[in-house]
Amino acid sequence: MTPDLPEITPNKELIRVGEGVIDFDVVVVGGGNAALCAAIRAAETGASVALFERAPKDYRGGNSRHTRNFRCMHRDPKGVLTGSYDEDEFYDDLLKVTKGNTDEDLARLAIRESESCYDWMLGQGCFFQESLSGTLSLSRTNAFFLGGGKALVNAYYNRLEAQNVSIFYQATVLDVVIRDRRFDGVLVDLNGEQKYVRSRAIVLASGGFEADKDWLARAWGDAAKNFLIRGTPYNTGEVLKRVLETGADQIGDPTQCHAVAIDGRAPEYDGGIVTRVDCVPFSIVVNQAGHRFYDEGEDVWPKRYAIWGRLVAKQPGQVAYAIIDSKSKDLFMPTVFSATVTDSLDEMAVQLGLSRDQFLATVNEFNTGCGRGEFFPTELDGLETKGVQPAKTNWARPIDTPPFYGYELRPGVTFTYLGFRVGPDAKVSFGGLPSDNVWAAGEIMAGSILGEGYLAGFGMTIGTAFGRIAGKEAGAHARSSAG
Amino acid sequence: MQDQVLDEAKRQLAVCNACRYCEGFCSAFKAMTRYRAFDTETVIHMSNLCHNCQACYHSCQYTVPHEFELNLPSALANVRVESWESHVPFPVLSKLFQSSPLVSLVSVVVVSILFWLVAGIPWLAADTFYDLISHSVLVLIFGPLFLAPLLILFVGLGRYWKTVNGERITRQQLADAFRAAANLKNLDGGAGQGCNYEKDDRYSQSRRWAHQATMYGFLLCFASTSIATVMHYGFGLVAPYPLMSLPKLFGVTGGILLTLGTSKLIYLKTKANPLLEASSRRGSDYGFVTLLWFVSTSGLLLYWAGGTTIAGTLLILHLASIACLFVSIPFSKMVHGFFRITALIREAQLQRT
Ligand SMILES: Cc1cc2nc3c(=O)[nH]c(=O)nc-3n(C[C@H](O)[C@H](O)[C@H](O)COP(=O)(O)OP(=O)(O)OC[C@H]3O[C@@H](n4cnc5c(N)ncnc54)[C@H](O)[C@@H]3O)c2cc1C
Ligand code: SF4
Ligand code: SF4
Repeated sequence: MTPDLPEITPNKELIRVGEGVIDFDVVVVGGGNAALCAAIRAAETGASVALFERAPKDYRGGNSRHTRNFRCMHRDPKGVLTGSYDEDEFYDDLLKVTKGNTDEDLARLAIRESESCYDWMLGQGCFFQESLSGTLSLSRTNAFFLGGGKALVNAYYNRLEAQNVSIFYQATVLDVVIRDRRFDGVLVDLNGEQKYVRSRAIVLASGGFEADKDWLARAWGDAAKNFLIRGTPYNTGEVLKRVLETGADQIGDPTQCHAVAIDGRAPEYDGGIVTRVDCVPFSIVVNQAGHRFYDEGEDVWPKRYAIWGRLVAKQPGQVAYAIIDSKSKDLFMPTVFSATVTDSLDEMAVQLGLSRDQFLATVNEFNTGCGRGEFFPTELDGLETKGVQPAKTNWARPIDTPPFYGYELRPGVTFTYLGFRVGPDAKVSFGGLPSDNVWAAGEIMAGSILGEGYLAGFGMTIGTAFGRIAGKEAGAHARSSAG
Repeated sequence: MQDQVLDEAKRQLAVCNACRYCEGFCSAFKAMTRYRAFDTETVIHMSNLCHNCQACYHSCQYTVPHEFELNLPSALANVRVESWESHVPFPVLSKLFQSSPLVSLVSVVVVSILFWLVAGIPWLAADTFYDLISHSVLVLIFGPLFLAPLLILFVGLGRYWKTVNGERITRQQLADAFRAAANLKNLDGGAGQGCNYEKDDRYSQSRRWAHQATMYGFLLCFASTSIATVMHYGFGLVAPYPLMSLPKLFGVTGGILLTLGTSKLIYLKTKANPLLEASSRRGSDYGFVTLLWFVSTSGLLLYWAGGTTIAGTLLILHLASIACLFVSIPFSKMVHGFFRITALIREAQLQRT
């Protein structure tokens, strides 16, 4: 469990006697992007909708509040999106990062849906902005939310209020009662008081389990204790676990997670985007023992940042250190925490607590191995080391011009892949058969589409696309079964 | 300037600069992306670019209770008000005028009594404007009252220009800056959706409209007075003017706009979250807007009350409030407009180089 979240013991008795029942047409579990899209759509069908968000209002919106854009298919320049980005190109991009580990039908469905998401989002009161400075490469493929994910989430909550959806904060779903693929009700802790809530349909959108370090530790070993969680502490996967226990089909395995190398001084949870450290390609990265362990210049940073979480996770103490010299200090996005600055490498070893002799030997070996050639920070420049293990294959310039700058890196978990298998109607499948009245959207089912790897902005695309589908279907189901 | 205020703004800007999600809202954020670290001059420049639209607070994932405790609208507002004070001569007066809303009220009363003493009480029988107070007396009083504060203000702006390393100004830069001010671009939220103020995290255009009604109302009134002065001295045309004359047309429309705009601003302010503004200035802001409201409302009432028994008292109060407004220009919230336009010009220079 996370440190400051209270452990709540579900009162199963309430389920047995059905006490404290509140009735709704549709219950939506979660308060992030997928849940919000689902609730809006469900309410549009005329269904009465309850949304349970575990976080207090200040922290509503899960990981979605940390996002900045979503990936969007479009045929012509559209709003803030330049050029065109068609289905096939989008799908190809996806295939590349997932190495083919993709469900083509569902992926294409999400891609096609994304085209209409843009206008739909505008219609809900969201606004977009041009690509942020430093992200020009995304201006064609990704639409940035004006103000970021929190502004997006605010707009959706305002929309729900206008629709008279019942929004409950500090509402933790403790148990989900599903018998023979049929959902009955949820046991929910409403600000300290437990209630059994029945509804005709349920949309599960409570995210992954990345904030449950015990669960991560079962998959990763004790190393997981040293992981930092980039997003919300509320995504502990209770609902995921409960529903899997009722026989829902699991997709993905718990070792799969998206982890990047972030500033080691980041808060344990919720550090979000600002904790990134983008200097790796221009640095050498060493572990505590003072050894380099991977090619820092293998590719441009946007294509490599996602492997560094795992690389650092494998080092002793799950920590590593990126060191640059003054030549490179302005070549990457500013960092939120200032670097350790020293006039000598000796001093750097002392201040970062590195094994001094080995560190100096490593730098020395690296510097001697640096070749000559022209340095281009923004493209693969082929400036590589000779006779150094491991080689650095681009941007290899000696670390020799004081002052020196050092950053501590730790693995920061973005999200997990383990989830439910769903069909194109976003219904959760149980033993290969679609459930009667259980839908899922967002992170909790993203594994159905993305087996591995990640494409920037696709998480929000999946959540919006499947959230909308799930909400609409659940609403329609509830309305028709209400007679 | 207080170090804590500057340091706090710098600390928050470092978080924003690593994030940049709010880049599209305003020119303060556009300016931010040019820097890797923030020196005092840059922070002062950005603080005067910030229009306190508050969008970057409501959109921020790092506001309290998050440990990063972001509240950029307030951090920049605190720097901003101190930057005025530290550049305009006689900071004691700035402190005085911004200490409490009562200062405006008390000064209007005091000046009224002074006028009363100067003008005597013969206005009961008056039937033209200048029967009440002779034009020469008016000019004698208002000339220096008007010029001295302007002088002080421009000294302050000159110092500010130095601080922000201003360069020679081109016509293009002026055009950029005045265009942004004319439609209050920086309160349009970046996508035209307006700002956050009286409705929490919902956007609205109310503040923008109310501000522009106030600003244009004020400018029209100012134009009316200027034209009247020219008509008086240049053409020997003496007030009162008919309704279909420039001074009156400008004066009445301006007065109405100003009264409506300031009323709305006051109302909106009662709905806004005080934690997102300069913590020390909320009271004096009320005082300032109320003073503006009184200037225009008493002016309008004068048109209506002409020839009646209350006209005299009203006129004294009206003139006294104008005097107070002018005297306090460099020291009250009124300076914000002058510093803002200066900042916009500087920003135009920086953006075009
Ligand atoms: C720092 C960061 C930046 C990111 N940037 C991007 C980006 O720019 N673009 C992109 O596409 N993706 C991005 N992602 C990934 C993105 O956040 C996710 O793909 C997306 O937010 C998933 O949405 P969701 O609604 O499924 O989950 P979430 O938004 O995480 O919502 C889950 C919700 O469920 C609630 N919840 C959890 N358990 C319970 C319970 N038991 N009872 C009730 N409620 C519960 C949580 O409180 C939360 O509100 C980013 C992630 C991080 C961490
Ligand atoms: S105010 Fe918050 S969301 Fe906006 S740029 Fe700054 S840190 Fe990012
Ligand atoms: S309050 Fe508005 S104008 Fe000021 S910095 Fe934030 S977004 Fe820009």
